[in-house]
Amino acid sequence: MEARTAPRALAASLGTHALLGLLIIAQAFLLSGVIARVFLRGDDLAAVTASLVTLLVIVVLRALLIYANARASARLAIAVKNDLRRRFVAHLYALGPAYSRAERSGDLILSATEGIDKLDGYFRDYLPGLFAALFLPVVILLVVLPLDALTFVVLLVTAPLIPFFMALIGIAAGALAKRQFLEMRYLGAHFLDVMQGLTTLKLFNRSRYQIETIRRITGQFRAATMRVLRVAFLSAFTLEMLATLSVAIVAVEIGVRLLHGGIAFEQALFLLVIAPEFYLPLRALGAKFHNATEGKAAAERLYEVLDTPLPDQPTTDALPVPESMHIRFEGVRLAYADGARPALDGVSFDITPGQFVALIGPSGSGKTTIANLLLRFVEPDGGRILVGEHDLRRISPDSWRAQIAWVSQSPYLFNTTVADNIRFSRPEATEAQVIAAAQSAGAHDFITRLPQGYNTLCGERGLRLSGGQAQRIALARALLRDAPLLILDEPTSQLDPDGEAGIIEALRRHAEGRTVLLITHRLSTIVSADRVLLIKDGKLIEDGTPSDMLAAEGYTARLLESDGGGADDA
Amino acid sequence: MMRSPLVRVLRLTLPFWRGMLLAVLLGALTIASSVSLMATSAWLISKAALRPSIAELSVAVVGVRFFGIARGVFRYAERLVSHETTFRLLAHLRVEFYKALEPLAPARLASLRSGDLLSRAIDDIESLQNLYLRAVAPPLVALVIAIGLTLFLGLFDPLIALVVLAFMLAAGILVPLIAWSSSQRSGTRSVDVRAELNATLLDDIQGMADLLVYGRAETYLSRIDALSRQLANEEEQAAHGDALQLALSTFLTSAAALAVLAVAIPRIDGVYLATVALATIAAFEAFGPLAQAAVNLGANAQAARRLFEIADMSPVVADPALPAPPSISPALDIRDLTFRYAGDAPPVLDRVSLSLQPGERIAILGESGAGKSTLVNLLLRFWDYDGGHILLGGRELRDYTQTDVRDTFGVMTQRTHLFNTTIRDNIRIARSDASQEYIEAAARQAQIHDFITSLPDGYDSLVGEDGSQVSGGERQRIALARALLKDAPILILDEATANLDPVTERAVLETILRVTEGRGLLMFTHRHVLLDRMDRVYVIHGGRLLPHE
Repeated sequence: MEARTAPRALAASLGTHALLGLLIIAQAFLLSGVIARVFLRGDDLAAVTASLVTLLVIVVLRALLIYANARASARLAIAVKNDLRRRFVAHLYALGPAYSRAERSGDLILSATEGIDKLDGYFRDYLPGLFAALFLPVVILLVVLPLDALTFVVLLVTAPLIPFFMALIGIAAGALAKRQFLEMRYLGAHFLDVMQGLTTLKLFNRSRYQIETIRRITGQFRAATMRVLRVAFLSAFTLEMLATLSVAIVAVEIGVRLLHGGIAFEQALFLLVIAPEFYLPLRALGAKFHNATEGKAAAERLYEVLDTPLPDQPTTDALPVPESMHIRFEGVRLAYADGARPALDGVSFDITPGQFVALIGPSGSGKTTIANLLLRFVEPDGGRILVGEHDLRRISPDSWRAQIAWVSQSPYLFNTTVADNIRFSRPEATEAQVIAAAQSAGAHDFITRLPQGYNTLCGERGLRLSGGQAQRIALARALLRDAPLLILDEPTSQLDPDGEAGIIEALRRHAEGRTVLLITHRLSTIVSADRVLLIKDGKLIEDGTPSDMLAAEGYTARLLESDGGGADDA
Repeated sequence: MMRSPLVRVLRLTLPFWRGMLLAVLLGALTIASSVSLMATSAWLISKAALRPSIAELSVAVVGVRFFGIARGVFRYAERLVSHETTFRLLAHLRVEFYKALEPLAPARLASLRSGDLLSRAIDDIESLQNLYLRAVAPPLVALVIAIGLTLFLGLFDPLIALVVLAFMLAAGILVPLIAWSSSQRSGTRSVDVRAELNATLLDDIQGMADLLVYGRAETYLSRIDALSRQLANEEEQAAHGDALQLALSTFLTSAAALAVLAVAIPRIDGVYLATVALATIAAFEAFGPLAQAAVNLGANAQAARRLFEIADMSPVVADPALPAPPSISPALDIRDLTFRYAGDAPPVLDRVSLSLQPGERIAILGESGAGKSTLVNLLLRFWDYDGGHILLGGRELRDYTQTDVRDTFGVMTQRTHLFNTTIRDNIRIARSDASQEYIEAAARQAQIHDFITSLPDGYDSLVGEDGSQVSGGERQRIALARALLKDAPILILDEATANLDPVTERAVLETILRVTEGRGLLMFTHRHVLLDRMDRVYVIHGGRLLPHE
């Protein structure tokens, strides 16, 4: 179906295959003709030169067509891959960040990279090969029928057996491939597991013993796989046997009839030359079968995403962002995707512009959900969020997000320089502004110590920074953006108390005239807030000033106790 | 002198030469069967056209039937033998690589950024298992067939043999060369573009939230299109090379048959014309896989080079020639310890002095990068120290074997690796001979026994890939049980509870302090928790160790 993406490449790929089939038949005709004339009629080389030249032309034409066919098939595969890649990512964006959360992102990235690459074999080899396996044998049968009915029958009877055996192999190979793939992955995973745990093994002086384990597990895998393969190869054996034995049967059958003058030599030789060509595309298709299974499996994973329905789009009459950043949650409810329990269960509060609000609560209580709602990564199932007088749903997400600076729980650094990672929130920022933001976030010192300073590459393909360093860069990114609303999700979780104090200080300065929502569980950050909201099990439990909260019993008090035992901490 | 990586990896396959030789032989016999089938069949019908007595054909009839069956049988046997050999080779490669890697951990491997490069090394090994099957065997089979066909055609006329030999040389050398050079040319570039595209996809998917919040999504998404187009260009160029060699090899097959005819027509008896032509066409099957083999050989050489780059590193730490007997006293005395990772780098540890008597508890505070982990690495002999002294029981640490030093320390780090096996086996890593009783005692001490028994499979529960099935607190308690089972005289906690929330952290630490009563304890942390329970507290900053005021 996807092949329709590139109709011209598809037509070229299939068309050249068809022409190739006709040329193969013509070549066999001429070849057997030349041999017959020399052998039986006693023609000399000069007499058959014209035919030999024609044959050479056919051979050259075949080569050209094969070239054209390979190029067209490749073009088809490339077009399909590019189209699917674009649609896949676009669909992910339409589904939003809530869908491709951390636990799923690994799989999604694998689908978008390796998964799409696996489609290559399907569209480049298997699909054109399937057409050739259907087209050429039928044409050969049509040519053979008027020449020799008996050979026609041999070919006709064996031909359906080949797809039958192939399907059998396909099914067996599919199951086998799946099983072997799983075992292979288990084996590979075990090896990786040992490699990654090498330090741990060394700590316990156990690393040398693993050599035996690796040897043993790989040996077990070999024995198990060979048992399966012995059977699996049997069906491939049958297929090969069928194809070669049929050629042998045709040869003997026409040989015997030649003896009695039942068939002319020229036709007999033609049949012998064409018989292997009859089976060739069918056998070739069998060899490409794994491309098909691999491609289908990859396509299934892609369609799992592409077929995920998009969430209801909020009303389209986008309102402008109101002047006032007064945010009000009114009985906001949100269920997790599995529907098991609500992430938020009727939460109401309001934040006046300029307030510095700390949001606290145990892990999984719904703090990050509140941030996700404000960021429009998810929409409430019940209740509503008001900004000024407008329902947040009716403001366009883009213009709303333009008002926000955000630091996530586990900041992501892009595959670019440190400077660009900071400038990310404000591409037009000058170098001085970038440095100022880094200084406020306490990142400047370590950045200048990096190999290439602000031009050091980070992310997957660059330097891997520590969690604390990544947090500081993400903070610098957020500080650089001149946004009226700051949402910070545990921005100091990886920093030590001194570093944290510096950050909170910088935040307080930056918060002047802005609204800040700080998710945290650190005591030292709570005390500097104007107001503290305590969320537990999706409900708002407490709402007050830091001193109110600390005076009260309960979670905040326990937090205080855990955080270094009070006075000597400061 | 440095040998080429391919030669070195080929030497690794030497122990398997019997299996490989047998598989090559069977592969050659498979194709020889096809050649014989076509040659005999052609002779059969040519001879039959002359209307001899049926007796003159009977041998050929038997031959045709025999070759028709033989091909399938040989192919089957070849596949079994080659797969068996491949699996043996894989096991061998893994073990050899592990043996090379083991002494390097963790100091040398730190630069490999565990995840990606290590998994790439594992992929490389898996790709090398095909070295024999897809790169070494096809040319050998082709060689056997080329020699056999040349000899066979030579029986009719030497000139025919020479002509076909020329075509086979072209198919066996020229075509693979084209395939190889085109894959080299487009290969390296398309690998770069593909890596760039994959990194961009990673940015786009993992960084989606940031891209949306900061309004950069469109810019980043347009990069995918640009890179896709670039990759398509590279792939088109690679397709040109593929198509070229495919066309050329088909051309050579048919052209060889034509050339044979042109040479043979005036020279040999017409009854053999069909035989030589069809045998030639059938023999070219052996040259089909050569193009891909050349490409694979190039890829295998790359994989081998990367693996040897890792395996050839020299370990950072070596055992002394005459090791001291294991220390009896677990007293630790560090004097003026100075350490830098590279000669010209600033010192990570600068004249650090510290003494830990048996039963003492010391906390060392410091932010990440302050030198805490370096100190731990030096104590465990993962790195060698150059300036100053580390004395264990009064003797220099490097006088002992690494094994004896590591027996002295129980260690719990921020992210202890949990192996993807049962909880029992994970704890038992500390002492492989430990009975269930000891394991449970350690788990009780670590306050994880009740949790384990509450699981459906108890101690046989799987922890998942790197402990993904257990929470952070449970993971650290399992790690603690493991460290306790080891029963080492000194316990080192390196940010052991940093990933836990404050309430869990405190609970785990309380447990540790209670059950390690009487043992030496070195606690490295960046959080000020339970410091009042320590005998001494230090701060490490910029490589200097100072008492905490």
